[in-house]
Amino acid sequence: MRGMGITLTVLGGSIILGYLMAFIAGFCRLSNNTFIRKFTGFYVEIFRGTSLIVQLFWFSYALPMLFGIELGSDLVAGILAISLNYGAYMSEIVRGSILSVSNGQTEAGIALNLTPFQRMRYVIFPQALRMMLPEFGNYLIQMLKATSLISLIGMTDVLYYGNLLRSSNLAIESTVYLFILIFFFIIALPLIFLTRKLEEISKKGVET
Amino acid sequence: MGNMILLSGFMDKVREYIPLNWKWDLFWDSFPFVAKGLYITFGLTIACYVFALLFGFVWTFLRRIPNRPIAWIVTWTMEFIRSTPPLVQLYFLFYSLPLIPYIGISLSPFACAVLALGVHFSTYIGEVYRSGIESVDAGQWEASQALNLSTFQKWTKVILPQALPPTIPMLGNYLIIMFKEIPLASTIGVMGILHLANDYGAIHYRFLEPITVVALLFLALSYPSAILVRKLEEKMNRRYGEENLYLDNNE
Repeated sequence: MRGMGITLTVLGGSIILGYLMAFIAGFCRLSNNTFIRKFTGFYVEIFRGTSLIVQLFWFSYALPMLFGIELGSDLVAGILAISLNYGAYMSEIVRGSILSVSNGQTEAGIALNLTPFQRMRYVIFPQALRMMLPEFGNYLIQMLKATSLISLIGMTDVLYYGNLLRSSNLAIESTVYLFILIFFFIIALPLIFLTRKLEEISKKGVET
Repeated sequence: MGNMILLSGFMDKVREYIPLNWKWDLFWDSFPFVAKGLYITFGLTIACYVFALLFGFVWTFLRRIPNRPIAWIVTWTMEFIRSTPPLVQLYFLFYSLPLIPYIGISLSPFACAVLALGVHFSTYIGEVYRSGIESVDAGQWEASQALNLSTFQKWTKVILPQALPPTIPMLGNYLIIMFKEIPLASTIGVMGILHLANDYGAIHYRFLEPITVVALLFLALSYPSAILVRKLEEKMNRRYGEENLYLDNNE
């Protein structure tokens, strides 16, 4: 189980970058500037339309070749692919929940003479965030599942060591994947409880 | 932090980019080679989806058993399957299952992929069914009881015809999600488009074009279907959201 460090690093990295991407892309899609809106829309559709596995391969094999650049390491390629992919998915949630805050709230903000930034920061966003929370929790678990894919591009994560063990030690061949499944489940457990907690928080005190 | 610096460096490179290495002849050469795998990819998608649709019912009805320990076990089994990576499940079925004494059977890669992905997605689809069934009005249950329908009649004639149609857009979404998970099967040797692209890359020692072909194929297939599902959703909302309200008012 030496690959645990890598798995957790990729998970952590893609969670941070993924949420960042989600908020940036989510706000950009609501921007008044047509170019920014169209461009982010394009990004979101590309990443939602293709499969994560294909993106991973593309980032690790095709990108260095196409532009003649190295992304540094597989680690960066993996984190980039996963976070850009889930960032695209989550930006839709950000956009959806900001749009679903009722219009009256915006109008009230204008009536109170708040600047657009203040309006977003103090009025709309706190309400929208509440709606985003449960979905974000679900995507945490999705991202955890996605980290298992990085062994396919040659990273030495838990699954990689699992494969190694399987081919080197016949006696534990049948149980090694079961252990990995349980390992992932143990990481997922706190996330599951977190998701339930977030659902409770988002239900508390709001109607509909 | 390091990631961000790398990302900005990457953006700088993109700004001055000229596609140095792109070769159109290889692209057109690899296209038919990779597209051959579409049959398998489609076949696998449909097989997995049908399996998941059917198996979803099993979960739904298992969850309805009014026995606390059983309900607890079923819930956590579902949670376990949902929160562990399908790739590991695939490996488990493919490599480990044949070695388990007595119950071990060895499956072909295709069957293995159908079973692993089918079971994985059936847990999601089971939840969709459940939400559909729960959204059926309580009055409908009472009415079917009042009409003295048998349990079987109640389910097939009253509850399911109302519970399932509103879930169709959600099921469509899962079909698209599943389609995107299908390339996982290439890791255990199903000759889908990703596997063929890797083969092509290995033969010609160029991965760029074949993998781009795969990405384009996925985009070309899943984007129109995503739009279709969105349209369907709007239509369903109109039909089942507002019409139901209207009927209720008339009654």
